[in-house]
Order: sequence, then structure tokens, then C-alpha cells
Amino acid sequence: MNLLGKLSWSAIPFDQPIIMGASGGMILGIVAVVAWVTLKGYVPYLWNEWLTSVDHKRIGVMYIVLALLMLLRGFSDAIMMRAQQAVAAGGAQGYLPPEHFDQIFSAHGTIMIFFVAMPFIIGLMNFVVPLQLGVRDVAFPTLNSVSLWLTASGILLINISLFVGEFAKTGWVAYPPLSELKFSPGVGVDYYLWSLQISGVGTLLTGINFVTTILKTRAPGMGYMRMPVFCWTALASNLIIVAVFPILTATFAMLLLDRYLGFHFFTVDAGGNAMMYVNLFWMWGHPEVYILVLPAFGVYSEVSATFSGKPLFGYRSMVAATMVICVLSMMVWLHHFFTMGASASVNAFFGVASMVIGVPTGVKVFNWLFTMYGGRVRFSVPVLWTLGFMVTFVLGGLTGVLLAVPPVDWQMHNSLFLVAHFHHVIIPGVVFGVFAGYMYWFPKAFGFTLDESWGRRAFWCWFIGFHLAFMPLYVVGLMGMTRRLQHYDVVSWQPWLIVAAVGTAVIFAGVVCQILQFVVSIRNREALRDVTGDPWNGRTLEWSTASPPPTWNFAFLPRVSDRDAYWVQKTVARAKQGQSAQPREYEPIEVPKNSPVGFVNAFFAVVIGFALIWHIWWMVALGVFGGFVTFLVFAFRDQEEIEIPAKAIARFDRDHPAEATP
Amino acid sequence: MNVAVAAYDAKQDAIAPASEAGPAPKRIVVAFGFWVFLLSDIVMFSALFAAYAVLARATAGGPTGAELFNQVNVAIQTAFLLISSYTCGMMSLAVSARQRLNTYMFALVTFLLGAAFLYLEVHEFASMIARDATPQRSAFLSAFFTVVGCHGLHVTAGLIWLAVMMAQVAFKGFRPSVDRRLLCFALFWHALDIIWVWLFTAVYLMGIRA
Amino acid sequence: MRHGALGFLLVGAAALGGCSEGVLDPKGPVAAAERLIMLNSTGIMLAIVIPTILATLGTAFWFRASNTRARYMPDFAYSGRLELLVWSIPIMTVILVGGVTWIGSYDLDPPKPIASAEKPIRVQVVALDWKWLFIYPEQGIATVNQLTIPVSTPIRFELTSSGVMNSFLVPQLGGQIYTMAGMVTQLYLQADYVGTYRGMSANYSGAGFSDMYFNVNAVPAEKFAQWVVATRDSGSVLDAQSYATLAKPSQAVAPFSYRAVAPDLFKSILTNLTTVMQSGEPLCLAFLPSQRVEK
Repeated sequence: MNLLGKLSWSAIPFDQPIIMGASGGMILGIVAVVAWVTLKGYVPYLWNEWLTSVDHKRIGVMYIVLALLMLLRGFSDAIMMRAQQAVAAGGAQGYLPPEHFDQIFSAHGTIMIFFVAMPFIIGLMNFVVPLQLGVRDVAFPTLNSVSLWLTASGILLINISLFVGEFAKTGWVAYPPLSELKFSPGVGVDYYLWSLQISGVGTLLTGINFVTTILKTRAPGMGYMRMPVFCWTALASNLIIVAVFPILTATFAMLLLDRYLGFHFFTVDAGGNAMMYVNLFWMWGHPEVYILVLPAFGVYSEVSATFSGKPLFGYRSMVAATMVICVLSMMVWLHHFFTMGASASVNAFFGVASMVIGVPTGVKVFNWLFTMYGGRVRFSVPVLWTLGFMVTFVLGGLTGVLLAVPPVDWQMHNSLFLVAHFHHVIIPGVVFGVFAGYMYWFPKAFGFTLDESWGRRAFWCWFIGFHLAFMPLYVVGLMGMTRRLQHYDVVSWQPWLIVAAVGTAVIFAGVVCQILQFVVSIRNREALRDVTGDPWNGRTLEWSTASPPPTWNFAFLPRVSDRDAYWVQKTVARAKQGQSAQPREYEPIEVPKNSPVGFVNAFFAVVIGFALIWHIWWMVALGVFGGFVTFLVFAFRDQEEIEIPAKAIARFDRDHPAEATP
Repeated sequence: MNVAVAAYDAKQDAIAPASEAGPAPKRIVVAFGFWVFLLSDIVMFSALFAAYAVLARATAGGPTGAELFNQVNVAIQTAFLLISSYTCGMMSLAVSARQRLNTYMFALVTFLLGAAFLYLEVHEFASMIARDATPQRSAFLSAFFTVVGCHGLHVTAGLIWLAVMMAQVAFKGFRPSVDRRLLCFALFWHALDIIWVWLFTAVYLMGIRA
Repeated sequence: MRHGALGFLLVGAAALGGCSEGVLDPKGPVAAAERLIMLNSTGIMLAIVIPTILATLGTAFWFRASNTRARYMPDFAYSGRLELLVWSIPIMTVILVGGVTWIGSYDLDPPKPIASAEKPIRVQVVALDWKWLFIYPEQGIATVNQLTIPVSTPIRFELTSSGVMNSFLVPQLGGQIYTMAGMVTQLYLQADYVGTYRGMSANYSGAGFSDMYFNVNAVPAEKFAQWVVATRDSGSVLDAQSYATLAKPSQAVAPFSYRAVAPDLFKSILTNLTTVMQSGEPLCLAFLPSQRVEK
């Protein structure tokens, strides 16, 4: 028996220069960063303050760092695809053989959905929700750390697939029979399945964490209708996570059983049913996009209210619309396969249901409009992203409702029209939203604002580049081009695809602007320092803390009496101006103790995942054993919390007078 | 006492609605979170159930449920699991009364009953495989082994958890964290029982009808 | 039809290059009906979307902080009348487009026969790795990567796959339908104009997917009859053995034909792959009536 399972030197694609170059670059980059960190002596700080942290603020930042890094990888895949399609017209084969191209489009979708969009919104929710709720952390801080590091495990595995073995060549949805062992005998689909199963556990735990946090731990006085809308959208998003991620877990488990143990869930023979995979996958897959977009909508709500100097218009409607979307999102999945041959009544029902979801979404757009109406709108960079979203997303939604009409979908399904549609909703919807979010909350997290000029440049490059890159895809889709083509014979498509490639280059310029924004802002951080903790004249409780907030968030849990709790606090404080503040007696606060369990557990998860992919069974056993021991060590720890003495809290407030809660 | 006056007085003393009472106590937060986890686990079982329902007749010319299922065996398994739920409940009572010996005792009985359940299940699987009714034989069998096996894996995990919890009680006593974990374990064990009832109805009882 | 005209204008402007092929250039009744639905729906929605975009930009611009002429209304956070408006506009739009959807889904249901004086021609389609096999059971011939049909005659397709999922699509004639192993899907298409139209697989199926396109030659009825006769004159016979050879993976296969087809070959292709059928009922039959297997 081979000690290393299926693994051998031939797993490394020495003969493929592009992959070797990319992998080499990635490994060099990682080594360089690790070396710099070690030589500068930052390792103890990193370990104690970040890697083992159970503080939601730190965990949120780390999620977003992971997302931004993976955005670079997912975007590189996009550049390669657009470049390939721009040149591979007529008889030309381009520079990427099908072998490689097919992995790239599969990796692009997988990375963007699971390892960019999900960590980004989870990161934002992590940082913001406890602060907005006026509490000190999420319900289960250590579990939060476990979730983060399991996501990182999935990311590590998918990055390993770049230079050890291969990735799936099935598309990001991995339909059987193509994804079964018979038609995909390599390790690619296994990399896909295991990295997503592992990170999926992390995501499910996050869902449980946030549902509990939002429903059971809020500041005194903060009833449901006094919560910020971002918390409502976070609640809806996490409810969907809890409801649908287990479906994905079960579905992937069934495909894994088919591949590893010869079961027949989805095989072509012995009674397997590939259509069942399609149903189960999209029962997860459609709600997934609402998991992503609802918190982004929440960001737009916060940003539009804050920068208009007015409360969000129609709070009750927004809450209702959010919860309606939450429920409806689980009733429309069949629109992803109108073409699979269901009866007319089934198709018609799901078509209409898919359109009905457009109603609460439309309500939200109008309410954002009325939020600005009668306001004093400051055109900060987050507002630019919001406006860019509003004028673009509605058109993407239009094409979505169009595709929800089965007779239209029968022609447009799987064409580039479809590809254009879903990018048309996800980029303005989710991507602009998380960009607005991180630029909005950056000063709270780090104590200085981001450079405005580079932010503007980034926005315009993204906005223009997005349109250049995707509007031509509608055209070629209508002309009959289907998706995932490595080359094509219809030369009249080529000019449009060249325009799309140019658009990608403009987006790339936008990404460069974002990187420069970070570099410039960090360099000028003293000039950009946020001394009040409230750089935007905010309305919600996170702005009442110092920038960055202390570990305990609030020395005294705020007593909430109305919506826009911080705005109310400021109004009351202004009215009471001149009256001396009552001196308050500080009390010690218990905070959860940092723990390496998340990080160590994730290490074993990577070992287990890698070993399963390569069929190295003894390593699987070792990894399971290691994970179990880690859990035992954690379960038997004696100290769970650290007490922060009242003096330390008082000293912090004394050192940050301008940021003290009024 | 004048009810109208009492009601009026009660209203004056009315506390804020629960949603405005501030963060809930840790025990409630933990129990609630664990409930949410159990609901998610039930969703996962539902997906496996749905797969089973779709594939129930996809026997590919091989053995059917009617030919394979032994109702007596299943009845005994059910009895074991149901009784173990009862003993688990007794264990929970012993925990809240802080009675160590009773806790260990009822935990042991729960463990043995759970182990007996698993033994019967493994035995059933082994005899099916010996008759060439393997999960590789047909989609129906794949689905059967998976949905019943998944429940069995959960029971196994529960037994390991129970053993660890008894070690925790031995070394740490009934401190609040141990107490919370035992509460979660009990919820888990009862939930497994509920899922088994559903499983045994949908798979075994309904499966004997062709 | 004001909306239709507006929609057509805008979509047409955006698709100047696309007007000569693809779905905006239908050559058959199904595709024509589908295009009409698409343009009408687009028009209805643009009537809402364009004003919304303009209102968004206008509002943001007018109420910019530096505009001292704009009225600051910091308490304007609720209006019952506006809420009613804001909910009813999307609801009414959805009702309108939903109605179009409901009717269209029944009218253009893929297995629904096309009304015609002509008797339909049956074509059995098998998606292989990575080419298309077309069997004409009534004519007793078969072709690979080329479909010749008579104009103004309904074509009744019965489709399956040899392995992985594919999707049969000829955009200028109508919508697509998935092809799946062990199952039969049904589709009716008709070409009303003589010409050559592009067909393809619209569901990624592996390494040779990009070359999985074929030409549909719509010819006058007499030409079709001549073509059938000519096809019977050359080429080999398609039977179980030659099918097994054909089914081996190959890419960019040049079109060719078979002069004869073994009887019931299609059925044997279907049943060889699956033992799903218990008492003559394929699994899908229970849920998806459009996939009846011919007995």
C-alpha cells in the first residue's frame, strides 16, 4: 500500500509554466511576509493579539483580510478568462488549453462566492453587529474564532490545489454526472468538496452564533424595532445560513460518498439521480446569494441614513422587506434549472415566485431614495458606492426578472446573458456594498480614515470598468454565445469580448487604486486620525465608542430608548450642555480569554482535508486524533474569562475624553 | 383581594418586555444557541431524508426494503433509544440536584443503552452487506445506509461526548460550564431520539410497503 | 404596446451587433414568440427602472449638502402614502410580468406540439462526448453534428445523453432543454425560413465542450426528401457496435451521416445506462410528466 496514497511528484504541474509561475509567486509572497513578521519580532504579538483572539473586532478584520487577498486570486482568474476569450476566436486556441481554462472558471466562481463574498460580509457583520447592539461580543466568542479559522482552512486547501494536483473542472456548481468519479477521476473535485465542507462548518457555526447574538444579547432597552437595520439584515442573512448550509453539507456528503465509497446517489447507473443534486444544490444556492446581498443592503441603509443626516426612511417597511426576502429566498430555487424539463405549472410557479422577490427589493430601493430626499447628502466614498449600486443594480434586477420568465430563460440559460445578469447584481449589490462597508467602518476599526481621493478613483474605475466588462456580455449572450467556452468559431463575437477584456483592465486599475488607498492612508495615518470616534456624525452605537474600541467595547452597556440610539444620545447630550456629567463608578468587566483552539483545530482540519483528498488514510486518522485532543484540551481548561480591572477601564476612558459616551 | 386593583398594581410594576431586558443570562444563551444548532442538524437530516424519499424505489433490480428490514430488530433498537432518553432525563435531574453518584449511574445506563442501539444497528448493516445488499448495490441502498448511518454516527458522537462529560464531572464537579454542557448534551440526546422516531417511521415502517 | 416599442428600441440599440443572429433574429414560431415575451417584459420593466435611476440621481444631486436651496427635512422618515406607492409599484409590475410568465410557460412549454398542418418529423437526439447524434427513426438514417430539417414542419425532438448532462439549444429556433442519461426530454421546434442556424450544447460537459456545436440546415420539403435519399446511399450503419465506437470521447468531429440505423437503438441507449426503471416506470415519470419514455 502506498504510504502517500495518490500523492506523488507528478501531482505538481512542473510542465505548466503559468501555474508554476503563479504558485511560485504566491509561495514567495507568503514566505516573504512570514519572514518579515518573524524578523521584526511580531510573532508573539500576532499570536497573542490576533491568531488566538476571540474578540469579534479582530476576527472581523481577519475575515476581511482573507477576503481581500482571495479577491486578488479570484480576479486574476477573471483576467485570464477574459484574455483567453478575447483572443480565442475563429481557429485560434488562445493561450489556455481546455485542461487549464476549465479549472480557472471553476476556481473563479468557487473563490468569489465562498472565499471572497462570504468572508467579507461575515467579517463586516462580525465587526459591526455587537457594537451596534450595544454589547461586548457575540454570543459564542471562541466558536467565532473556530469559524474564522475553518474558513481559512478551506482557503488554504483551495490554494494548495493550485500547485499540488488540480482543481475541479466542473464549474463552481459541480453537477453530476460530470463531477462523479467516472467523468472526473482526478483530485480536483475532491479539493472542491473538502475545502467547501470544511469552511461550510465554519459558516454554519457563524450562523448559529449571530442568530443567538441578535436574538438573545442586545443592550438594555433595545427591543427588536430599535435595532439598526444592518442588524436586521444580519439576522435575516444568518437565519438563511442556519436553514440552508446543512443542505449543502448533506449534498456534498452524498457526492463524496459516491466518489469515495462507490455509492449511487447521483451516478448514471444503479438508480442514481443527477437531477436530485441539481435540486439540492440550488436549494442551498439560491438562498446563498441572499445571504450575501442582505447585509450589503444593510450597509447601504446605514450609509444612506448617516450621510443624509436623516433617519432611514420607512424603517418598518425595510424590516418587513428584509424578512420577506429571507423567507421567499427559499422558495425560488427552481429558476436555476427551468430547462431541466419540469412541467409548465412548476416552471410557471417558480417563475412568478422569483419575480415576487423583486417586490421587497424594489421597496428597499425606493426607501433609500426617500432617505436621501430631504437630507443633506455628503458625497463621501461610501455614498458613491451606494449611488453606483442603486443605478446599476436595478438594471441587473431587471435582467433577473427577465430570466425568471421561463420562455426567456429557455433561450438565455447558461448563455453569457446569464453570466452578465448575475455579475450585474452581485457586483453592484454585494461587492460595492462591502467596499462601502469597509471604507465606512475602517476608521472605527483602525483609528484613522481612508484617503478620499484614492477611494474616489477606485470607485470610478470599478464603475466604468464594470460596465465595460459586462454590458458586452449581454450582447454576445443574445447573439447565441454560451458560457464556459474555451474557444469559439463565431468571429463576430470577438469585438465584444475584446471590449469586455478592456473593462477588466479598468477594474484592475480600480483594484490598484484600492491597494494604493491602503498604502497612502497608512502612511498618512496621523493626518487622517479619527480623534472623536465619530468621523461621519453617525447615528448608531458603534460610533459612540473610541476608535478603535477597547476590548470590552462599552464601559457601561448603553441604555437604549429609541432607534438610532447614538443620535438620540448626542441630541440629549447637546440639550444638557453645560451641566456637569455625573461621575460614574467603573466596575471590572469579564471578557472571554483568548484561545488557540480555533487556529490549532483549523490546522488539523487542513491535515484531514489534504489527507482525504489524496487518500492518505493514516494521515486522516492522525488528523482526527489531533483534532479530538485539541478539543479535549480546550474542554478541560480551567480559566475561561479574564477580568479587566475597573481602574484599567477608567484609565482608558480618561485617555480618550473626546470619544467618551455622552 | 380585589383583582382589578391587583392587576392595576401589577401593571405599575410591569417590567420591560423581554426583548428590552438586555443580554440574556449565559445559560439561556447557550441553550438557545444549541437549539439553533439542533435545528440546523435537523435540516441536514431533512436533506438526507429527501434523498431517501426520491431514491426509495431505485432498487436497480436489487433487494428492496421489504425484503431487508427486520421489524423486530428495529423495535428493540427503538426501545433502547427511548429508554435511554428516559435515563438521560434522570441524569439531568441528578445533575440539577448535584448528586454525583446518581449522575454517573444514569449516565452509565444511558451509555450502555446507546451502545446497545449501535451494536444492533451495526449488526443489521453487517448482515445486509453479507447478503450483498451493500450501499454500492443501488441508489436505494446508498440512501438507506446514509440516512440511518448518519443517525448512527450522531449517536456515536453522543456516546463519546457523554464519556467526556463524565470525566469533566469527575475532575471539575458541577461548575457552571459543566452544567451548561450537560444541558446541551441532554438536548442533543433527546433530539436524536426524535429523529430516530421520524427515521424509523419513514424508512422502516413505511418501507415494508412495496 | 408603447412599452414594447420603447423596450425594443433600447434593447435593439444595445444589441446592434446582435440583430443578425441569435435570439433577436428568430427563424421559427417558438423563437419569435419567446422574443416577443422578452421585449414586452423588458419594456414593462424599463418603464419603472429608468425613472427610478433618474430619480435616484436627481434626488442625490438636488439634496447634496452644498445645495442651500434644498429643504432639509430631518424628520421625514415615514409617509403612509409613499409606503403604499412604494409597495404597489413593484407589485403591479410583478403582476403584469407574472401574467406574461404564466401564460408563456404553458404556451411555449417545450413538449407542447406546434400547431401545424404538416405531420411532425421525429428526431432522436443523443448528446455524446463531445458531439451530437441525430437519429431519424422514421427515415431510418442518422447524422452526427448536423441537423437537416424541412421548413415549416414541426420537428419533434426526443433527447437524451450518453453520460454527462448537456443542453440542446438552437437559439434562432427556440429554447433549450437538458439532455440527461437514462431520461428522455422532449422539445418541439420549427424553422419557418430556409437557412443555416447554429446549434450548440448549452451545458458545460468537459474538455471538448467548446467544439460541441452543430449546424441546423432548414431546407425546402423536396430538398429534405432528396437529402434523405442521398444519405441512405453512403456512410456506414449505426448499430450497437458502431454506436459504442462513436460514444468514445472525441472532439471537433466533422459532420457525417449513417445510411441506416438499427431499430430501437435509441431505446437501448436509454436503458443500457440505467436500471432505474421498475415496472416500466422511470423515476422521473413520477415527477416530470414531460419526460415520458416511449414504450
